[in-house]
Amino acid sequence: MSEELEALFKDMAQSIIDGDSDISVELAKKSIEMNIPPLDAITKGFVVGVNYIGDQFGAGEAFLPELVMAGEAMKAAVATLEPELIKLGEARETMGRVVLATVEGDIHEIGKTLVGTMLSASGFEVTDLGVDQPADKIIGKAIEIDASLIGMSALLTTTMVRQREVIEEMDKEGLRPKIKVMVGGAPITRDWATKIKADGYSEDAVGAVKLAKELVGKADA
Amino acid sequence: MSHKHIKTISDPKLKLEVLTKEEVLRIHEATLNIIENVGVRFPSQRALDIWQAHGADVDREKKIVRAKPQLIEDALKKCPPKYVLGARDPQQDLPLDGNHVCLGTDGCGVEIIDIETGEKRTSRLQDVRDISRVADATEEVAFHWVPLSAQDAPVEARGLHELKAVWENSTKHVQTESIYNVEEAKASMEMLEILAGSKEEMRKRPMLSLMQCTAPPLGHDGGSLDAALIAAEHGVPTGFMTMSACLTTGPATMAGTLAVGNAEVIAATALLQLAYPGAPVFYAAAQTASDPRSGAYTGGGPEDFLFGAATNVLSDFYNIPLSMGSFATGAKEPNWQAGLEGSLSTFMASVVMSDMLLGVGFLHGSRIWSYAEMMMDCEIFSIIEKMMHGIVVDEETLAMEAIAAVGPGGHYLAQKHTRNHMRDLFLPQFLDRRPYTQWEDKGDDARDWATAKAKKILHEHQPDPLDEKISKEFERIIKSVEKS
Repeated sequence: MSEELEALFKDMAQSIIDGDSDISVELAKKSIEMNIPPLDAITKGFVVGVNYIGDQFGAGEAFLPELVMAGEAMKAAVATLEPELIKLGEARETMGRVVLATVEGDIHEIGKTLVGTMLSASGFEVTDLGVDQPADKIIGKAIEIDASLIGMSALLTTTMVRQREVIEEMDKEGLRPKIKVMVGGAPITRDWATKIKADGYSEDAVGAVKLAKELVGKADA
Repeated sequence: MSHKHIKTISDPKLKLEVLTKEEVLRIHEATLNIIENVGVRFPSQRALDIWQAHGADVDREKKIVRAKPQLIEDALKKCPPKYVLGARDPQQDLPLDGNHVCLGTDGCGVEIIDIETGEKRTSRLQDVRDISRVADATEEVAFHWVPLSAQDAPVEARGLHELKAVWENSTKHVQTESIYNVEEAKASMEMLEILAGSKEEMRKRPMLSLMQCTAPPLGHDGGSLDAALIAAEHGVPTGFMTMSACLTTGPATMAGTLAVGNAEVIAATALLQLAYPGAPVFYAAAQTASDPRSGAYTGGGPEDFLFGAATNVLSDFYNIPLSMGSFATGAKEPNWQAGLEGSLSTFMASVVMSDMLLGVGFLHGSRIWSYAEMMMDCEIFSIIEKMMHGIVVDEETLAMEAIAAVGPGGHYLAQKHTRNHMRDLFLPQFLDRRPYTQWEDKGDDARDWATAKAKKILHEHQPDPLDEKISKEFERIIKSVEKS
């Protein structure tokens, strides 16, 4: 590897560690101009930064905002490289496709959004439908994108019952266990997740990533 | 053991200046700036119509309202500074007059440590009845928040079942955060009118108040807004609660989080005043700081304590009562952390005379109810109530005669002055002051005593019953809301 290339990859990783989307996008563009294979830019450059921050976070050294900003910078860089990947007929290896939504009647989504950012940063392809999403929308999107995982959040005890409706509907349509379901939200407990036959539940975003990896059979990744 | 008397903090001697006048003004100006330029989301057709009719800039598509400072300030001037929270028993009415700190139960959790089995389980309607009955017997609890979600009651009328359960089991005022749609709001007003006897009486001594959570940052829930407007129309006190959290739903800095939460609360409060000038309103808040390592809701820690003291300064600036989150703890069981966070948060909120404190009984960020925690929280409040009276210095309390009579050496135990004043000293129920060997032999502690006290109340206390006819009417109203 040329020194110039090595320096570029290092800068790429650093832009993720710094959580600087402007620089990560700029470096992604530069790599396209330099005819560097986009997959190399991702795996040898940007991902190194994501992994570093992930390890730091796991060790309690990095804080949540650093992780979120790293995730955003990564997303921006990958989006810049995406057209090149498509042109070459290549695809970034993903951990799996995930549909996220806050259930119908509920508008509280910060936890769900955070889970989305963390999943993206961990290599999942995330489609976040946002808030107030009825069962057919959530399930329809999962089928459409061939998702392996659905994640649902709810903040109210009156809306968390919707999580059960989605799961029941999925069972009726025979979509499980092909598509796994994880649930979360302040009133959600382990008992609730068991009761509604969800495949898993997590109390926070870090736990959600671990759970998602387990559910798609990539716990060691 | 029934206590008709309610212990509140009044005529305080302790004082604390957590924000200077200039600092409050800066927060206020920042708040007006946010409302005017950033805007606040009001996802309710009715709310947007009201804003538009009063000349605010309304983005219908994004449902964001931007209002000039003058509009907000003029509207806020119409808030009544003082009013009464009514109770089924009129001697338990609570004056929100700036000179009383009233303690409530906390809400609205989803699990409970079962008092008989000691196991954690999902909350149900019977728990709401039981907790209300225990709170009814407790001198420290001045009013109820619906403590737990009645998860075995039908979703569409759950909030109404909860209200009925509290009113049937206690004579004290009820505040709920679980009425957040038009149907239940209307039905709750109907229930309240039946309880009060007339629309006029319901206005004069509202036995119900509504608390609506904001949807931070800078947003509201449509159902909550509609429910609040219905309450305001009926003269039922309504408050908007910000739970803005540093780092996630608020800026990392405390001042910024105060400003953003303040914008949520006062914009919605102004809306109610535009619709129904003079409607009784209160400020509600439970700001916190998210844990920087996980983003978790902490419910405790030094930021919480400071927010607890700062918010009443803001609500005083707007001259409206405050319902302040205190006793919040992230502790998983009644332990060191629970005691620390309960004490400091409640002291800080009390020393500035927050009108309502919410509240006793919870663990794990207001999710898990514990009767032991409830009883021990009550004792913390009693200790703080005692402290707030400060130290009285006068001829009698200087005790010169007794001091002369005892002289150097000897003791004060046999003095008449001692007998006259020994009962002024605080007598704890749950602080362990026993000899070490006694503790060693028995191995019990405050948690055991607190649980035993709650059990005793549950077995013995019978609240003044609610007229059966009223209960029947409640049932009819609830049925009409329930889906067939």
